Order: sequence, then structure tokens, then C-alpha cells
Amino acid sequence: MLDWWLPENVSTYGQEIDWLFHLIYYITGVTFILVFATMLAFIVMYRDRPGRKARYTHGNTTLEIVWTVVPALILVILTLLSVPAWSKIKMTMPETDFIVQVTAKQFNWQITYPGPDGKFGTADDKTLLDEMHVPVNKIVRVHLKSQDVIHSFFVPQFRMKQDAVPGREIKQWFEATKPGKYELPCAELCGFGHSGMRGWIYVHTADEYAKWAAQNLTAEAAPTTEAKPDDKADAKKEAPGKAEPKKEGKAKK
Amino acid sequence: MSAHSATAHAHVDHARHELGFVRTYIFSTDHKMIARQFLFLGLFMMIIGGLLALIVRWQLAWPETAVPGLGGILKETGGILEPSTYNMAFTMHATIMIFFVIMPILAGAFGNFCIPLMIGARDMAFPFLNMLSFWVTGSAGIIMLSGFFVEGGHAAAGWTSYAPLSAVASYTGVNWGQNIWCISLFIMGVGSMMGSINYITTIINMRAPGMKLFRMPLVVWSLFITAILLLLALPVLTSGVAMLLFDRTLGTNWFKPAGGGEPLLWQHLFWYFGHPEVYILILPAMGIASEILPVFCRKPIFGYHAMAFSMIGIAFLSWIVYGHHMFVSGMSPALGMAFTVTTMIIAVPSAIKTFNWLGTMWGARMQFTVPMLNALAFVSMFVIGGLSGIFMASTPVDIYIQDTYFIVAHIHYVVFGGSIFGAFAAIYYWFPKMFGRMTNPFLGHLHFWGTFVFFNLTFFPMHIIGVGGQMRRIYNPTQYEFLVHQQGWNVFITYSALLLGVSQIPFVINFFWSLFAGKPAPLNPWNANTLEWTAPSPPPHLNWGPTLPTVYRGPYEYSSPESKEDFLPQNVPPVGAAGARRH
Repeated sequence: MLDWWLPENVSTYGQEIDWLFHLIYYITGVTFILVFATMLAFIVMYRDRPGRKARYTHGNTTLEIVWTVVPALILVILTLLSVPAWSKIKMTMPETDFIVQVTAKQFNWQITYPGPDGKFGTADDKTLLDEMHVPVNKIVRVHLKSQDVIHSFFVPQFRMKQDAVPGREIKQWFEATKPGKYELPCAELCGFGHSGMRGWIYVHTADEYAKWAAQNLTAEAAPTTEAKPDDKADAKKEAPGKAEPKKEGKAKK
Repeated sequence: MSAHSATAHAHVDHARHELGFVRTYIFSTDHKMIARQFLFLGLFMMIIGGLLALIVRWQLAWPETAVPGLGGILKETGGILEPSTYNMAFTMHATIMIFFVIMPILAGAFGNFCIPLMIGARDMAFPFLNMLSFWVTGSAGIIMLSGFFVEGGHAAAGWTSYAPLSAVASYTGVNWGQNIWCISLFIMGVGSMMGSINYITTIINMRAPGMKLFRMPLVVWSLFITAILLLLALPVLTSGVAMLLFDRTLGTNWFKPAGGGEPLLWQHLFWYFGHPEVYILILPAMGIASEILPVFCRKPIFGYHAMAFSMIGIAFLSWIVYGHHMFVSGMSPALGMAFTVTTMIIAVPSAIKTFNWLGTMWGARMQFTVPMLNALAFVSMFVIGGLSGIFMASTPVDIYIQDTYFIVAHIHYVVFGGSIFGAFAAIYYWFPKMFGRMTNPFLGHLHFWGTFVFFNLTFFPMHIIGVGGQMRRIYNPTQYEFLVHQQGWNVFITYSALLLGVSQIPFVINFFWSLFAGKPAPLNPWNANTLEWTAPSPPPHLNWGPTLPTVYRGPYEYSSPESKEDFLPQNVPPVGAAGARRH
């Protein structure tokens, strides 16, 4: 019952977003109750009854000033509280040596690792389809691109969302705090296959990640772009078919 | 009697005899007939838009099962929606509801009906342009509907039609549907410009003697401000859809990165129009509520000047908040921060209005007529829609909330809970003047309570599934593991939405029954002060007899000590001054 709420948060900055969310929730909740209680009270007290006469008044300047200034102050405070989190999440880019390129296309996420040489655009780059593997407690930088329409990189449990815009490379970051397997849906309408455009982010412990990387990102590992489903650790794969660039199924012209 | 009124009188008789059926009912230049035409257009389109919404809801509750009644239309699938059909359904639901239901009813019908009658003018400044405005908008509506019948289906890129999805046919598989969408909105934009020029000119130039700007009813203020927003915002959309159409058909590259275009340009153009558009949809409803509350509270509006100035404030600010639709779009985050500030500020005038409505109810003598109930619903639902907006104004929270059902809930609290309740309030309130007959109060109450209850049961839970992360515009929520546990809510919402649809049946019966068989309406059934109630029900061509009313006071003198009755119409001369003014 109570899990009808925000999904579990597993990223560092997610806490700040959740804190602001709850703050606004309580402020608006209290405002809602006060306004509705007043309205209901007025509806009951001032309903038309025999002999009742309405008060003849055009307003009250003091009241007008109070109910202009008080909401304005609350909103200014909310703005000031929002600024630090926003600037931390979107305007600063913490240093890290862990960079992944994500290129969205109709209707997949292509995740590219730089390979052993640590550089993108070289022959040893590894590209996986709809799956990303990262170590826990490590700042991960995502270089987000799109090769066709606008998509949106959304990880609910990370409280992370960023549109991928064709013609741009947008840099984002996150730091996961708990190992697990998290969904990566597309949040921006991108065509008939939008629903179901979904990848998985596997957050591993440092050891497990090292093991996974050794098997999958080294030169000997399966060649790029056809990213073989890694057969060990994660049994819950949707197995074959996933690597071939779909197109069937939903595709209907 | 002056020479001017004599000619007017002669003209009144003249008009009544000369106009044939076509000039009276179809190509009419009479603002009241044009208002009725806009109302019928809007109500007809509301049926289509509403059915589309129910189709969308069916798919979300019971994904990929046959939608009842669609078996005959979607023969290939036996009534099951395919993803592309689903995308078309929600795209057209929003497009129709915004451009062909709310705008025609609030700005088109009530703008046309109220402005001349409430400021004491015989008609609009440009009656012919007014007629053209309806027929241009109506043609746009027909063109929009024709898109359902073309190869590839209607537009399916969302009502926001983000480029490049909307700019290249192969991305959606929709070719002519999207072109028709552009063409129709282009034409609609031209029609709306004709209307707005007319409204502005009429209000500035044609007010009756004594009708100072600050004696105007607040609904006229709201329509005046709406017209200014329409005049300045719609051309941006009109140019935007023209550019989009050129990208699609002539090979230009405004929005296509492959040819050097910029996808974000579309979003800037769209939301530069789109945010003022939200206020175009809500301001007339605010005016309607401000008009109806004092009448049935039997009390002057609280803070008349604050109400007028807060609307001006909203109109001004609405130009500099649009970026809050684009916090995670890839636009500079520094710009996002600036838009947070303005977005938070625009909540202030809305708060002022809410408190003034409460102030109007304080110490009132409330009569719970059907228009009053709808106006109260407007105020309360607008409060919820306004408060949920604060979540999105906070940029960090918006990162998570953006593109979820929380946004869907918010927009429906504002445009359904706000604009549509405002439209129902206006229809019940002015029906007697518009058609000369009273509506049936029993059916009215039935319609109101059904709509109010099921509206909330439909849209409130959307906040919950939105907080849970459900994305908008997805075809099947059960495809996602993190959403599966919420599916019960989707089923609940769909049942509520179906009952919300059923709740509209008493309205349809009431509307048509009252139109032909309602009790004949007296001159002033609600004991209201404003000028339209001094004209016959329904008002004849040119509205008043030989003499136009003269205005002596503001529109909300209810329960004034100056009068023995609890209302004091704007045109009644002050005691002692009676007969002092000659015409």
C-alpha cells in the first residue's frame, strides 16, 4: 500500500530531490487543507438562510498585502532552496575517470565503453544494446546523444532524467549507492516503439564490476556492437534476440 | 431622443425584417449568433475529444484488449489499439480539446457573447471579420477532423509535436496526418487572430457611456487580456507550424539536425506560444468565476482592482516562464534557473486571486445554483492545479516529475478542473440570456455532481502514479517492472473516466431539452447587475432598443445600502439623480 510513492532512491543526489519534494509536499498539503477548510466553513456558515444579509465590503488592503507577501516569501525561499541542488546536479560535472557514451535511437539505448585504451572512437570501443554496467559508489559520467529523434534518459531510482537531443552531446552524471538492476525507460515520446524502449542499468560491487569488465570490455571479449548477452552474473536477461537491431514487432508503416 | 438612437432604432426594425435564414443562422454577423456557433462547434468537438480520451484510458487499464465499439473501425486488429493508433489517439485528444473545445467555447463563444453585451455595445467593432473568424476556425476544425481519414493516420507526435519526430515522416510513419495537423492549426491561428483584434478594438472603443475601464465586469477584463495574449502568442505557433510544414514538405531544415537545423528551436517557439496559451485557456474561466461568485454570494467581489491587476500580472509574466517546460530538454541549465524564479513568481498572482475569491465568500449569502456550484468547483480545482504546479517549478523536483503522470494530473486539474468547470459555469449562467430559456436545475445538479466526483476520482490518482514514476504517453505501463504494482490504479482511473463520460449525458439532455422546451427566461433571472441582463432574453439584433444603457457604477454592487433590494444594476441612476440625465 505504502509503496505507492516515490520508488526507492539509490543515487547520491536523489536524496536532495526527495527532500525538496517532501518539503513542497508538506507546504502545499498544509495550504490545501487551510484553503479547503476555509472554503467549506464559508459554504456552511454563509449559505443562504432566511433573514441572512450579505456583508457589503469591497476588500481590505491589509489582507491583500498579507496574502501577496506571504506566498511570495514562501516561493522565494523555495526557489533559494532549489538552486543548490539544481546547480549540483545539472551545472557542475564532478571529476571522474568513468565515462560512458549513450546514443539513443528508435527504440534502443546504445551504451558505448571506451575499451582498454580509455578513448572513444577507437577500434576497441565496446557497444552494448540496452544494458549498462557500472560500479557502485562511483561517479559515472554519461555523454548522451541521439541519432534520430529526441529521447529521454530516465532512471527513476536515480531521480535522473535528461533528454537526448540529436545533434548535441549532453553531459550528465550520477553516482549509484546500491547494487542492483534498474530500469532505464525512455521518457520522451519517440515514435510507435516509445513504450517498451527500455534498457537496464546493472550496478555492481567494485569486485563484480571488475570481473564483468574483464570478460566484456577487454580486447579478447566479444567484438563490439553485437554485444553478446553476458552469460554469467545476470541470469534474468531476455536472452537472444536482444542484440539484433529489432525493427520487427512494433514496426508498421 | 437623439438622431443617433433614432437611426439605431430604425436599423433594429430593418434588420429583423430583412435578414433571411442564411444570414441569420449561418453567415451571420451578429455577435450572439457567432457566439452560439462557436459554442456548438466546441461542444461537438468535445464529444470527439472525450471519446478519444476514453479510448486512451481503455488501453492503459487493459492493454492490448479490444476497445468496445472500435471493432468496426479498426478491422485489422479487431478493435485492439496498436501503438501507432494509441499515439494518434492521445495526440488528437489534446489537440482537439485545447484548440477546438476550450478556445472556441471560452474565448470564441463567451468572448463573443459577453463583450458587447456587458460593455453596452450593439455588436463587435468588425462584425464581418467576426463572422470570418468563426468560419475560418470552423474550417480549421473540419480540416483537422479530415486527418483521421488519410493514409497513415492522423498526427501521432503528441500535441506538442516535438521535432524532429514530427518533422520527418518516417520517424512516426505518419505522413499526411501531420501535414494536416500543421495546416489546420495554421488556419486556426489566423481565425483566432481575427477574433482577438476584434475583441481588443471593441473593448477599447465601444464601451457604453459611463463604462470606465475599472467599471468593466471582470469577465470582460479577462477576455480583454486573453485577446492580447492571443494576438501576441498565436502568430508564434502559426509561424512554427508553417516552418514545420516546410520541413516536412519543401525540404527546409529548421528543426532537422541532419540538415543543420535545431530541434530545440521548435520547443522554444512552441512553448513561447504554449505557456501564454495555458493562460489563454484559464484566464476567461477566472473571469467567469469572478463574475458568478459575487452574483450568488450576493456580495461585491473582494478586491476588484487586485483581481484586475493580478490578471495583468499573470499575462505579463506568462511570457517569461515558458522555459519551465524545458528544464531537462538540453537547454542551458543556467537558463533553467532563471525560469524557476519567474515560475515561482507567477504563482503569486494566482494566490492573490484565490484568496480574493475566498474573501468574496466571506460573510456572503450563498445561493447554490448550478452555475455557482460549477464556479466553486472551478476555484477549488484550480487551487489543486496551482499547488501541484509548485512541484514542477522547483527544478530539481522537476527532473523527476517531468514527463510523468504528475504532469498529466496537473494539466487536467488546470484545464479540465479549471477551464471546463468555468465553461460549464458560463453555459449554465448565460444560457437564459443566450437562448431565452432556463435550463433544468435537477439535470444540472446531476451533471455537476457526477462530473465533480468522477473528475476527482479520475485525475487525483494520476498524481500518485506520477510520483511512482509512470511516464506519460506510454502505450502499456505493464511493460515496466517498476510500474506493474500500480496497475490497479490505472484500472481504477479508467472506470472513473468512463463514469465521468457517462456523467455528461444529463448535460446533453439538459442542453437540448432546455433549448426547445425550457421555461422561458425572464429578463434578469439571477438578479445580476451587469448590462447583459438589461437586454431582452435572447437579445435582438443590435442588443438594445433605441437607447444604449448608461453606466453609473461598478458591476458588483450587491447588498449595497444604497438599494432596498440586494442588487443594484450598473445602469440604474443613483438616487436623486434619476431623470437628471437626458438622452
